[in-house]
Parts: sequence; C-alpha cells; structure tokens
Amino acid sequence: MRKIINPADLESFRQSCIKDMSREETWVAVCCGTGCSASGAHQVVSSFKEALQEKNIDGKITTRVTGCHGFCEQGPLVVVHPGNYLYCQVTPDDVEEIIEKTIIQKKAVERLQYTDPVSKEKVVVEDQVPFYYNQHRLLMRNSGIIDPTSIKDYLAISGYRALSMVLQEKSPLEVIEEIKASGLRGRGGAGFPTGLKWESCYNAPDNTRYVICNADEGDPGCFQDRSILEGNPHSVLEGMIIGAYAVSAEKGYIYVRNEYPLAVKNFSTALEQAREYGLLGENILGSGFSFDVKINRGGGAFVCGESSALIASIEGKAGEPRDKYIHATEKGLWDKPTVLNNVKTWASVPYIINNGADWYAQIGTEKSKGTMVFSLTGNVNNTGLVEVPMGITLRKLVFDIGGGIPEGKNIKAVQTGGPSGGCIPEKLLDLPLDYEKLTEAGSMMGSGGMIVMDESTCMVDVARYFLSFTQEESCGKCTPCREGGKQMLAILNNIMEGKGQENDLDMLEEIAQAMKEGSLCALGGMAPNPVLTTLKYFHQEYLDHIRDEKCPAKVCRNLIKYFINQEVCTGCGRCLKACPVDAVEGTKDEPHIIHQEKCTKCGACLEVCRYEAISVE
Amino acid sequence: MAVIFINDREFQTEEEVTLLELARQKGIEIPALCHHQALSPYGACRLCTVEVCKEDKSRLVTSCTYPVREEGISVYTDSPRVKQLRRVIVKLLLARCPQVKLIQDLAEEMGLEGSPFPLHDQEECILCGLCVRVCSEVIGKNAVSFSYRGAGRKVSTPFNEPSEECVGCTACAFVCPSGAIKVEDSDETRYMEFWNTKIPLRRCKECGITYTPENTPEYILGKLELPKNLLDLCEKCRRKAVAESLSNYDVTSRSVIIKK
Repeated sequence: MRKIINPADLESFRQSCIKDMSREETWVAVCCGTGCSASGAHQVVSSFKEALQEKNIDGKITTRVTGCHGFCEQGPLVVVHPGNYLYCQVTPDDVEEIIEKTIIQKKAVERLQYTDPVSKEKVVVEDQVPFYYNQHRLLMRNSGIIDPTSIKDYLAISGYRALSMVLQEKSPLEVIEEIKASGLRGRGGAGFPTGLKWESCYNAPDNTRYVICNADEGDPGCFQDRSILEGNPHSVLEGMIIGAYAVSAEKGYIYVRNEYPLAVKNFSTALEQAREYGLLGENILGSGFSFDVKINRGGGAFVCGESSALIASIEGKAGEPRDKYIHATEKGLWDKPTVLNNVKTWASVPYIINNGADWYAQIGTEKSKGTMVFSLTGNVNNTGLVEVPMGITLRKLVFDIGGGIPEGKNIKAVQTGGPSGGCIPEKLLDLPLDYEKLTEAGSMMGSGGMIVMDESTCMVDVARYFLSFTQEESCGKCTPCREGGKQMLAILNNIMEGKGQENDLDMLEEIAQAMKEGSLCALGGMAPNPVLTTLKYFHQEYLDHIRDEKCPAKVCRNLIKYFINQEVCTGCGRCLKACPVDAVEGTKDEPHIIHQEKCTKCGACLEVCRYEAISVE
Repeated sequence: MAVIFINDREFQTEEEVTLLELARQKGIEIPALCHHQALSPYGACRLCTVEVCKEDKSRLVTSCTYPVREEGISVYTDSPRVKQLRRVIVKLLLARCPQVKLIQDLAEEMGLEGSPFPLHDQEECILCGLCVRVCSEVIGKNAVSFSYRGAGRKVSTPFNEPSEECVGCTACAFVCPSGAIKVEDSDETRYMEFWNTKIPLRRCKECGITYTPENTPEYILGKLELPKNLLDLCEKCRRKAVAESLSNYDVTSRSVIIKK
C-alpha cells in the first residue's frame, strides 16, 4: 500500500485495480445488505467459499460480498456473472447446485429464479426483472457490484475520478456552478438547491467552514441512506470531499445513527482507506487541498435528523432545534459557515461531476432533477429499495416496480415522506413524484419513505400511528409541537374508541394548522401532515368512526365485534383454545359463541379458524 | 442598518437587533413567555410570532429570534393569522396549566373561556426554560436543565436528585413567569420543592437570624466580580461598592467591566 501522490499516479493505480477486479472471468455477487444479511446471506457466502475451495476452483472464481441490491423481498440475492443470473431467496443448500449448473455448465437453476407475479414467468437475468428494468439506478447501481470494504473496487469503477478532475481542473466556484447547473436539490426532503447552499457557504465571511453529512435516517421503514453507506461508502465520501473543496472546508462530519453498525463500520473502513491512499487528509492528490472527516454517532433521537438539532448534537449539546432565520451556511457548526447535506445528495455529486451537469439535468422533471431512492414498503409485493427518475408516477412505482398489492387486494393509499409525510389516495396515483407535486398533494418527498397501504388499512389508525411516532420523538421544546401533538393524539384516540364528536375534526384542523405554522422546526411543522391528508382524502372514514361508531376497515378494536357463524362453525374447539381471555364458549362439535363483554378483539380466534366461521363486524 | 415597517409604521435600526427587541424599543407590544432581556433568545413558546411580508410572500416567524436584516420588510404583529396562532397556543397552554395566573390572563384578554381540548393537566410549569437559561447563562451553575422529551418534557435537577450545584440564589424563581418555582425559607434551610433541593441558611453572627443561603454570597461575589473586600465594608460602603460595580456590568459579555 502506498500513498497516491498525484492524479497521474491515481490513474495508473486505477488500471491495476481494474485488472485486479476483472482478473476472474466468473464471479458471484452475494448481497449482504442489512435485509439479506438478516435472511442469512453470510452463511451463503461461507458456503460458496467452502464449496469453491473443495472443488479447487476458488482461485478462478471470486465470491464478492456486496452491498444492497435493493430487491430485499427476495433476499438473500445471488447474482452470477457473467450472464447476470439472478437467484432469489438462496440458502446454503442451494450453493452446490448454483456452482454445478451455472458456474460450471453455464445453465440457469430454474427453481431459484424470480417469478414475475404478473406474467407468472421465470426471469433469468437480473436486468430483465421488472423490479429492476423500470428503475433508473444511479446511486444504487454499484452497491450490487463492488465490495464496499474495498477502495480498489471503488477505484476500478471510476471512483475518485471526479475528485481528481475537480482538484486539477476546476476552481471551487466552477464546482459550485456545475452543481447549480445540474439542478440537484437536497435529498433529505426539503429539496433546497444544493448548489445555492454551497454558494452561500462559500460567500460567508469566515476562514473556518465545515461540511456535514446527515446520515441520521430515522423514518420508520426507511433504509436508503443506510444502504448507500453500507454498500458504497466511498461515493458519499467522494461527494463530501468535492463539496469541502468547493466551499473551502477543512473538516467534515458524518452524523450517522448508532443503530446502523454496518454503515458505521463500512464508512470507517472507507475513511481509513482513503486516508492511507492519500485521498483524504493533508494535501490530497498533491493539490494542496486538505480535508478530513470525523464520524459522529447519533444517540437515537429522531429529531437529530433536523439540521440544527444535528449540529447541536455534534457540539455536545442536547439535540434540540433552533430557529433557522440565520442559515447554517452562515452560522452553523460552532457558529461557522456549514454545509449540511443528506447521504444521497453527497453521493450524487461524483456522478454529476463525472457525467456533467447537463447529463444530470436531463433526468427528472423541470424543477426536480436526477433520481430519487425510495424505500418501498408496506402492502406491496416487491418491497425494497428502488431508484427512479424524478417525475415517475406513483402508479408506475407501486405496480410496475413494486409488483402491485399482495393477495389480490386493492390499493387504498400511499404514504410518502416518512412519518411527517402525507397519505396520497388511490385516485391520485398518477401523480408525478417530484418535490412540488408531492407538497401540493399535502405530502412531501421527505427522505424517500414510501409505505403502500391496501384496503384493509384504517386511515384514522394510520394518522394516529404516525402522529404517535412524531409525538414520541418530539423534543418538546416548542409549545405547538409538544402540546398540540399531545392533544391531537388524544382526539384521534377518542375517535378510534368510539368517543369521537363531530367538532373533533374542526379541533384537529385547528391544532394541525397551528402546528404547521407555529412549530419551531420541520418535525412539528410536518407532523400534522398524516392527519391533514387523511382528513382531506378520507373524510368519510372519520365520519363513519364518529357518527356510526364504525371502522370500515375493521381495525379499530373498540368499534368492531367478532362473531361465530353458527351455521358454519363445526365446534372443533380451536378458537376456544386460542382465546387468551376465555371469551369463547361451546361444547365439542357444537357451534361456539363469543362473549362480547369478555372479548378483547385480539383476533386470535380468526387466525386459527379453519372454516372461515368467524367474522368481524 | 435596515429600514423596516412594523404595523405600517417605518422604523430604522442601526445595530443588529431582533424584531422583538426593536418592537419593544418602539413601544409596540408583542406577548412573549420565554423571552427575557438578560437571556439569550430561545424561541420555544412561539407566542411572540409575527407575520413578515416581503413582496408578495408572507410567513410567520418568532420575533424573539428573527434578526432585523432585510431591507423593507413589513411586519404585522397582530394580523389575523398571528392572532389565530396565538389563540391556539394559549388554548394549548391553558389545557396544560389551567391554574397559572399568567395563562389565565392571556386567555381572558383573548376572550377565551377554558380550553376546548380533551387533555387537561394541572401543571404549573409552562416550560419556557427561563430558569434553565438564567442558571446557565447568568449564574453559571447549570444546576437545572431540561429532562425527558416531547410531551413528557420537564425541567429538573439531574435525575431529580437534590442539587449539589445549586447555591440557592433563587434567580430561577425570580425569572419564572408562572410561579412554578416556590422558595420556602424555614429556620435552618431554604427549600425548593420544585428542584427537590434544600440549602442550609447562614446565620447573622450578631443577632443569629438566618439571612442568606450558605454559599451564595461568596459565589455571587466571585461571579459578579464585585470588590473582594465587600464583606469587610459597612452596609453604606457596601451598597456604594456594589452599585459602582453593577453600573459597569456589561450585559453582552455578562461581566463587570472594571474601570481603572
């Protein structure tokens, strides 16, 4: 290992990395992102290594531990190259067959192939799976190809070329102009133009400046920032170094959740490697520019994803937001001009520099450029990470990429933007996904959360769930968020318990409006969105709860009753045994009954009944 | 520095001040609960919210934290939007602290009769944080701070244990606008139930009555950079020395500028 001293040196070293990476013609990529790891990907890796060794072909075939491929629903994922043979839900027992058939005989193992839920056909090649071919994978693409712990892999796929070019050919202002021209906007959710942010930091009169990467991803069900850090940490680091050069910062921080151990580990490795190779630290690539990055691990507070709370937390203070009438670009970390960007924003930078602002600006819509990574979760067939051009419709995302709704149910709504986003109803599924359109619909881009909900979802329950999250995570500093959230939650609980009154809806609107307009930070300002959007698009459902004391989706426990159909019940006694509160009564082989006064509506009887004798009303 | 309009009247400011400071200098009333002129702005109660209009855009900002910088902005301290927000804030606070006189008065001014919201507490603390800031910024002790978060937020000593840092100066009780912090002096001790803290009192060496918490005088003397020989002086000379020192007290740096 040696320090790379100048751009020419980097290019010659890159050639050796490319040679190293393509030495073996055949290689196996095993997704070891968090999802696949949890489903046993590491055992699959071990099996491959052992089996290849046994067959004495381990020198010719590489098993590569890669980052997240995105198709988490089907994990652990294995892709055999060349040929891009995609195998789903692979277990160690499948390894022998994959080696024998695909690696040795160059044939597919059919039983492990992906079956398209719509056409019911087997798909051989990774790129032909609708989940992938409908995407525009930019930030996520290399995660499935490189070993995230190897800087050589990153160099082999043009890594640090953008940095080298910037240091050689561009002035800080030219870099800022390039980012401005690309139209890149903050991927943390607010969508502030990145180039403008950098420019105001550059213009702030001070000699010390900082850059920060916000990796405090806390939305429930969101894991795109995590996956990028885990799967391609150098892309984020390279973006940060370029940004630091553009605003003349010598020090950077990455604020990453401590609950993301693999992200912390892989990013730490990336930092060490970049330092060893001279791509980080003093006099980077002989340019005279010096910069280093420190990792700050978050303590688990959702509010620390808010920029001013995050900065306070790095400073060692309680993670509470402050008013941002004076921007961080003027007075940020330790009152010094600071650029704070999201993981995806930083990771976009090298692609923009390498391919040019014009190229980037061609992707997306007029005002929202580039791609966005969404965590597609909830009642959808293909849960996972999807990267799509801005402006794609929700319908395309949910049905073409997501494969539609499981169990043949109907879609009811999609929640975008995490717990502070809004619920977009089925009738707006043709909404193009960009910053403005989502905001107009009462939701937001957020950091890229996307939860699909089917017809069995109660929208009042959804609003209550998200509000209980934001209320729990509120720092409590300002009155509207602290007191307003508490009251709104109480009102929603009343409605769900059948104690709602009609003026509750006006009260919800009134408090929500005050929270939106009066809260100190975006957490409080956005927290009412799930309530406001469900009130707007699912008003009747609220009224059903209040006027008729009925939950149409049959979710709210206080508003439903379980019955045993006397004509269908065989008296098998399964429900009687399953009931935890002895609410079911009956003699063997005679129809049973449920004592309503005892029933806690846990649904255990419904789950165990084999004769569909139990109904909910 | 900037010419701005407040409620359509033109004002000019030379130095960088906040909207609240400027308005108050000019005799324009803006209600605020978490603001104190001797303490740093905090922006928590949101009652001092005003509407700032520039060209055809308008937004709500808290005047206590909003710096007067932009030329030509129009500020409305009592617009319908502002009034509506303040009403909801007061209703929320009233539901939290129905017995607090300060909140009752605000509600009465707005013509509110009780809070319509479902949850009713009997808190005395409005969580303005003045006690926390005065203890930290002026007294320099950090004996109390916020604990818990969200709806469970409180002010307390660490782990609600009796404070070892507290000198019993009662600056917290002095700035507390809701009367939540009560101080009871008995024969031997000063007791603040709110802080779960007792401080021994010092007796006059002449007549034996208790007159001050044990450590307060020395600590405050050091803090305010008052003459070290103060306790050697008679009452008359002591008053003179304190007055002279305090007249040189600089609020910005929070220290006494000693003129040689």
